[in-house]
Amino acid sequence: MSAFFIDPFVDIFSYPAFFLEVLIGGLLAGVMYSLVALGFVLIFKASGVFNFAQGAMVLFAALTLVGLIDLGAPVWLAIVATIAVMVTLAMSIEKVVLRPLVNQPAIILFMATIGISYFLDGFGQTIWGSEIKTLEVGIPKSPLMVGEVLISRFDLFAGLTAGVLVAVLAIFFQKTRVGRALRAVADDHQAAMSVGIPLRTIWVIVWSVAGIVALVAGIMWGSKLGVQFSIVLVALKALPVLILGGFTSIPGAIVGGLIIGSGEKVAEVFWGPALGGAIEDWFGYMLAMLFLLFRPQGLFGEKIIERV
Amino acid sequence: MFYREAGQFKTSYAADQAIFPILQDRIFVAFLLLVAFVVVPVVANEYWLSTILLPFLVFSLAAVGLNLLTGYCGQLSLGTGGFMACGAFAAYKLSTGFPELNIVVVMLASGVITALVGVLFGLPSLRIKGFYLAVATLAAQFFLLWLFNKFAWFTNYSPSGVISAPPRAVFGDFFVTGPQATPAGKYLFALTLVALLALAAKNMVRCRVGRSWMAIRDMDIAAEIIGIRPLTAKLSAFAVSSFYIGVAGAMWAFVYTGSVEALAFQIDRSFQILFMIIIGGLGSILGSFLGAAFITLLPIFLSNAPNIFGLSISVDTVSHFEFMIFGALIVFFLIVEPHGLARLWQIAKEKLRLWPFPY
Repeated sequence: MSAFFIDPFVDIFSYPAFFLEVLIGGLLAGVMYSLVALGFVLIFKASGVFNFAQGAMVLFAALTLVGLIDLGAPVWLAIVATIAVMVTLAMSIEKVVLRPLVNQPAIILFMATIGISYFLDGFGQTIWGSEIKTLEVGIPKSPLMVGEVLISRFDLFAGLTAGVLVAVLAIFFQKTRVGRALRAVADDHQAAMSVGIPLRTIWVIVWSVAGIVALVAGIMWGSKLGVQFSIVLVALKALPVLILGGFTSIPGAIVGGLIIGSGEKVAEVFWGPALGGAIEDWFGYMLAMLFLLFRPQGLFGEKIIERV
Repeated sequence: MFYREAGQFKTSYAADQAIFPILQDRIFVAFLLLVAFVVVPVVANEYWLSTILLPFLVFSLAAVGLNLLTGYCGQLSLGTGGFMACGAFAAYKLSTGFPELNIVVVMLASGVITALVGVLFGLPSLRIKGFYLAVATLAAQFFLLWLFNKFAWFTNYSPSGVISAPPRAVFGDFFVTGPQATPAGKYLFALTLVALLALAAKNMVRCRVGRSWMAIRDMDIAAEIIGIRPLTAKLSAFAVSSFYIGVAGAMWAFVYTGSVEALAFQIDRSFQILFMIIIGGLGSILGSFLGAAFITLLPIFLSNAPNIFGLSISVDTVSHFEFMIFGALIVFFLIVEPHGLARLWQIAKEKLRLWPFPY
């Protein structure tokens, strides 16, 4: 019992610098989850589709980028080309999958995105091969010492990127014409259509934006783990982040990521030994589930109003 | 021409409420059961029995279980793999801990244990709905697998973490697990269990419990207002569904593969079974079987297709192609018939009634 209730706190208070290091590492790792969760939120907000293929899109974007760089393209050109590929992908998903499935129940659309995810996994690996590739886009990797605390420079960079990304998305959503249309669609499909917002164009835009977010996440995760199939599994890690923050909230994705990431790391390091280790696998889910018991719509989700 | 219900008058409520109200259907089902029980064990070879029919039966049972929860009660669950693992490990602990216990009892008891676990993880469903619940059930998936992986007690301290089914007989020499068991014996055992449980499921969804599930699925607040308790309805759905899935997991470990590790029940398994009920048809027992058949046969067909057409492609490419075709087919099916294969079967029956004189 003491291993569970007392020892971890003793450890935390006797080595505050170490605790801080774990905490910061966790927060920064959480930002990496947020990057993937952002894509989910964007699509859920605008089209009510729970896009399970986000993980596959991350892998596909990373594979395409690495493939193009390996073919000899300069990094900037490869990134531009990958963005073009992701936009094309968004257009074809809208045309082939979403349009025929308009007005179907949400679970059918969810299954369709799982279908897309299988397709993309197979497609990406058929074209670019399935061996692990390293992605080098010049992100510094050496650790940084701040006082007694060791911080990974790479994670810091990832955190900054996520911050910039969220800022850009916020400006895009709040200040531009398209962004306003996106918010209108998110609010009410029919009302948006009735004031003349073209729903299909909006969907293409939002899937493209999600594709670009997937590319950013792909670059980050690809540089961290190498571009390989297991990146898809990162999407699973993003799910508790998503429900903790609320499906419809961009800040929620970030805050959820921070909570899950830090909670997971702290729990693993300080409580893991008492429970046999590797509790990272499920800790995020349990945390999110317990949290939802008190707030079923997540941290920043819209209040669920039910009418008969 | 032959499929007409003209002249078949129902003179009692019992006849009107029968599972198969039409004589031709009864004959067809009786014929199907006859083929399944008598002809198949004699005719089919070992390959068919143990690599196609057995997994099909196990998956059907799991799909029926998930369909009760997701299709009938409307609670989306992604924890199927975890519950299957729970059934498998419960069966293992029971049969090694109490060697004198009959295998049938072990199977059912492991189902009951899984049902209890299912109720525990179903508790959040009283507060959480929809996709939030789906993600919350992932907690069950990851937590249960971690549990079986980490704690050696569950595997009787086997160093590899693999559990092997001890040889057990239903009666006398009729072994259904272990090396003495014949594929035909295993098949018959699984078939009997699945047929009985499917019949029970079919009856359950027609009676009060099933109706309360469907009311909850269609609109839970309205159901609550007309006097259905969400607590009992939702938790009973979780319990019954987990029971089925647990038995399926026990069958997977004991009858189908014989030895298994927790990794066999990863999240992919949950998705696979979810696919089955969606392709087969949500809210249809028949659909669970059709979906299970489709998802079991498709990969076998896809991996054999290049040989059939005389193409030689590397194994790697084949597996990637399989992924692609699998994904594309799922999307295709959802677009063509979102209500699944069960609906196609219904349409076919309607057409058949008029055939060959449609006017």
